[in-house]
Amino acid sequence: LAPWVPVVGLEIHAQISSNSKLFSGSQVQFAAPPNSLVSFFDASLPGTLPVLNRRCVEAAVMTGLALNCSINKKSLFDRKHYFYADLPAGYQITQQRVPIAVNGSLSYSLCIDNKMSQMVTKTVRIKQIQLEQDSGKSLHDDTRSQTLVDLNRAGVGLMEVVMEPDMCCGEEAAAAVRELQLILQTLGSSQAVMAEGQLRVDANVSVHHPGEPYGVRTEVKNINSIRFLAKAIDYEIQRQIEELENGGTILNETRAFDSKLGCTVPMRDKEGKQDYRFMPEPNLPPLILYDAKSLPANMNHQQVINIDWIHERLPDLPSVKRKKLVEQYGILPEHSFTLLNEEGLAEFFESVVKQTQMKPKKVIGWILKDLLSYLKQHSLTVKESPVSSFVLADLLNLLEKKEISSTAAKQVLAELWKGEGKTPLEIVKEQKLELLQDQKELEQICQAVIDGHKNEVIMMVLG
Amino acid sequence: QKVSVEVLQHLEHLALVDFRDAEGVQRLQKAIQFADQLHEVNTDGVEPMDSVLEDRWCLYLREDDVTEGNCTKELLENAREKVEEYFVAPPGNIPLPKLEEQETFLQGS
Repeated sequence: LAPWVPVVGLEIHAQISSNSKLFSGSQVQFAAPPNSLVSFFDASLPGTLPVLNRRCVEAAVMTGLALNCSINKKSLFDRKHYFYADLPAGYQITQQRVPIAVNGSLSYSLCIDNKMSQMVTKTVRIKQIQLEQDSGKSLHDDTRSQTLVDLNRAGVGLMEVVMEPDMCCGEEAAAAVRELQLILQTLGSSQAVMAEGQLRVDANVSVHHPGEPYGVRTEVKNINSIRFLAKAIDYEIQRQIEELENGGTILNETRAFDSKLGCTVPMRDKEGKQDYRFMPEPNLPPLILYDAKSLPANMNHQQVINIDWIHERLPDLPSVKRKKLVEQYGILPEHSFTLLNEEGLAEFFESVVKQTQMKPKKVIGWILKDLLSYLKQHSLTVKESPVSSFVLADLLNLLEKKEISSTAAKQVLAELWKGEGKTPLEIVKEQKLELLQDQKELEQICQAVIDGHKNEVIMMVLG
Repeated sequence: QKVSVEVLQHLEHLALVDFRDAEGVQRLQKAIQFADQLHEVNTDGVEPMDSVLEDRWCLYLREDDVTEGNCTKELLENAREKVEEYFVAPPGNIPLPKLEEQETFLQGS
């Protein structure tokens, strides 16, 4: 049997973190009374016009720069037409012809064979990033055969990030999305929480034999977590391979991932290919961005977006942060991944290091093994940790000064998790865990043990 | 050059229009013919223009402030049906009947 080459591409929609919507002044908020965050424009009432939100443009430029894209100094808005109850205008304003950013790349890391010590770096090309409107939400009421529509989300700004089909499996896609998520959160351009719909991922999957043209691809939607993303993609790859090996064909269709059954199912009616009748958005002139060289002399600052200014103020991206952690503290690369993978953990680690004499290389073990495993067991975030960095540093200092043993330290930590407010020293005293340093005292204890077990001593001396 | 029945049906589907009768279809054909005159101009190597504003800056950028919303009542005034402040719509798109099932003029074409 000839080998199969799976091909995976991703279309990711990230909700822009902003106060108001992309083209209107209504608020962006996750949970709110239905249709309370909706302006006349969002409801598509006649006579309303789109007005572009500056913050959304800056978010897209930041993201484009972080993903090594070329920022288009002139980009255009278009209308994409289709009918659906949660799209009151009958079209979505998007950037189909000339998006705001193109031709970037994203590097991500994978563990080989699940061994964190063997990590490999991969790159996926970013085709483009475009600004577009989100649609409202439809709640399907099957019992009454109706759909309830809430337009609170209609018009919220989205960045669509299109990743080229450079990935080959669920694991790669999951790692790429995870890294993108971390980047977006670091930039602050999107909070990228998948569970709240701030990050939505659609996967394009196909398989072919090496040397042959790409196979027909399917689009997989309705994926609600990074874990399910990997599962959905791997399932779809298997399904396609089995179908083809059984002499079947793959339809160019949209499938939904059913997380309960762990499989993909056909989603849309086969109405034939959608014809979106793209046309330029007549109410929006081209979006012009500037850089230091092209900055116009006499223009209102508020109306000018300077790409170079934004570039200079980009925060350290995750990959840079990891490198710095490794260089500054001498920890292993895989440690830096785990530190950044957990919100607040890197800061916690650095805080402990500042407050203790123990070497960072030793501290990291306590952070990644003891602290993190406890938090995971109890489903707590770093913020919710009953043990603060101050308290942990205090404990590690006792260990470092050899006032307690390593075993004793773990015992104290177990007690500290209870969060009863006791200091490490108090617990050490309570449970009499102090290491004895006094030579004479130690001799006395040993002698007492020997005296108390005369028979055993004789047995040992005799061999 | 006549516009085919398939294209007419496709247009009716996409834009939810109804060409009604032979006169309507003819009007469409004439409109297409009129627009086709644009092809007589050689536009090789010329960038399409969709705005007379070209590169002149004038896309107004709004500050990211919350200035609108909170008008649920007014918005729902226009709704034919509502349920607890939600708009009510039919369950998903109602598929248009196939050509054979329609009572349109196009059937007879």
